[in-house]
Amino acid sequence: MNSRTWAPYGFVLPFILSFLIFFAYPLFRAGMMSFQQVLPGDVQFVGLEHYSKLWNADFRAALWNSTRYTFWTLLLLVPVPMVLAVLLNSSRMMARNLFRSALFIPALTSVVVAGVVFRLIFGELDGALMNSILSVFGIPSQQWLYSSSLAMVALVVLAGWRWMGINMLYFLSALQSIPKDLYEAADIDGAGVMRKFTSITVPMLKPITIYVITITLYGGYAMFTESYMLWAGKPSPQNIGLTMVGYIYQQGFQYFNLGFGAAIGITLLVITLLISMLQLTVLGMFRKED
Amino acid sequence: METRKNKINTASLLLLVLFAALAVLMLFPLYALILASLKPAAELFRYGLNVRWDWALMSLDNYKTIFAGSGAAGHYFTWYKNSLVITALFTVLSLLFSSMVGYGLGVYRFRGQTLIFTLVLVVMMIPMEIIILPLYELTIKLKLINTVWGVILPFVVAPLPIFFFRQFAQGLPKDFMDAGRIDGCAESGIFFRIMVPLMAPAYGAIAILQAMNSWNNFLWPLIVLRTTEQFTLPIGLASFVSPLGNHYEELISGAVLAIVPILILFLFFQRYFISGLTVGGVKG
Repeated sequence: MNSRTWAPYGFVLPFILSFLIFFAYPLFRAGMMSFQQVLPGDVQFVGLEHYSKLWNADFRAALWNSTRYTFWTLLLLVPVPMVLAVLLNSSRMMARNLFRSALFIPALTSVVVAGVVFRLIFGELDGALMNSILSVFGIPSQQWLYSSSLAMVALVVLAGWRWMGINMLYFLSALQSIPKDLYEAADIDGAGVMRKFTSITVPMLKPITIYVITITLYGGYAMFTESYMLWAGKPSPQNIGLTMVGYIYQQGFQYFNLGFGAAIGITLLVITLLISMLQLTVLGMFRKED
Repeated sequence: METRKNKINTASLLLLVLFAALAVLMLFPLYALILASLKPAAELFRYGLNVRWDWALMSLDNYKTIFAGSGAAGHYFTWYKNSLVITALFTVLSLLFSSMVGYGLGVYRFRGQTLIFTLVLVVMMIPMEIIILPLYELTIKLKLINTVWGVILPFVVAPLPIFFFRQFAQGLPKDFMDAGRIDGCAESGIFFRIMVPLMAPAYGAIAILQAMNSWNNFLWPLIVLRTTEQFTLPIGLASFVSPLGNHYEELISGAVLAIVPILILFLFFQRYFISGLTVGGVKG
């Protein structure tokens, strides 16, 4: 790495190697596998057979659950942390660091731990936490993990609990880089709190907002462990907790149907790419960076 | 003046109440978890997770079972050790590689730079879960299945840390590089002797991020690790609830102990974590 011309290539070499071996090749292989019947020592080309079988009830359940989950997490985990960060950053806020840490701590726990806790909180017993709260309001106990919409509530609450703090931290770090004089100028013009929020804060937070939306989309469609833990590794009743990645896992590692699993993976890839492109075009990320 | 001061106090108080309520809500599941770890499993089966506070029931028995290593908890500390080894190796290697790549992309101008950075962004935007099946096949071919390296290698050069280091490296003083060159220092020497110390805040932030990811990682270790002795902590904990039987008492006390190392790491490094995020401040 002694020559200045070659040094940069030395520095980026780990990425190039890792990209080729652990990303590009497997992605290429996933494409190939999706047209094959893969059995130990016996690989057969089956054309579009896997794709033609894809549009079945399980796949529709997985796609519907993942999409719904992504939608609700986007709604919960972008605007709310943004507003919380603005409030927390306000000069009138006391004990800022304490609250910042308190809200972040859930993000430190593993999804396995969080999944166990929420599985028990949303238990079907009368004494379980959610049901005992409902009983205070005179609402009868619910079987949370046996109905599609109630199970989605449990999944979204779990996501909100784990990610609220970390998304808030992202917004908080971006808030700190907004120049103070913008607000001072607005004060002189007599702008109110709301006006300053919509005309200065929100536009200045746009880059970090795009980033948070992107990771939330990614996390939404990649969700697996939460539902795996809520139903303790067993299939959820009527597939109410089946996600796209859960479906890949089930086909690949439980039914050893690698080719079909790869076809699900490729479909998920196309879906996430389309959504990312759409989002980035709408939010104008493709405009040239300085 | 008087009214303005009052207004500030009312607003502060409202904010305080709001955030205190929120903090209670967020910490509540952890409180319930710790409370549950002190109760016998029969209590959990009867009532689920709740906040019944009954001194007659509370004991450290679940923790004793874990430490005695009897029954289902027989491998608990093996998993703990496995997780510590994997997290330490993963974090150190990830810091080394991602800082190298991020630095290379951030401070030099070279052919192919834009392409490589675009590829970093592409990897960042595609969920790796999509390729777990071919990755599993590859891991078998490379004879890395059921090994520590099988867990670590595919994800150790991660795009997000590279991205953060690149942002950080762009702000490093270029004069230091020139000064180093004049003194006859090699490019690698400039990196390791001059730039690495300057990137300390970024290392702090990424260390927490990567240690957290590795310590809590579930799907990939679940696929790669086949034998009970090789399990990491999350896989081991998940195996406490299985179609063959549930061991909630070991699971819950084990889960509490599993949070400890990452909590300690966070409390020690949180200053770096937050400042590191700020400098990494994502640009659109």
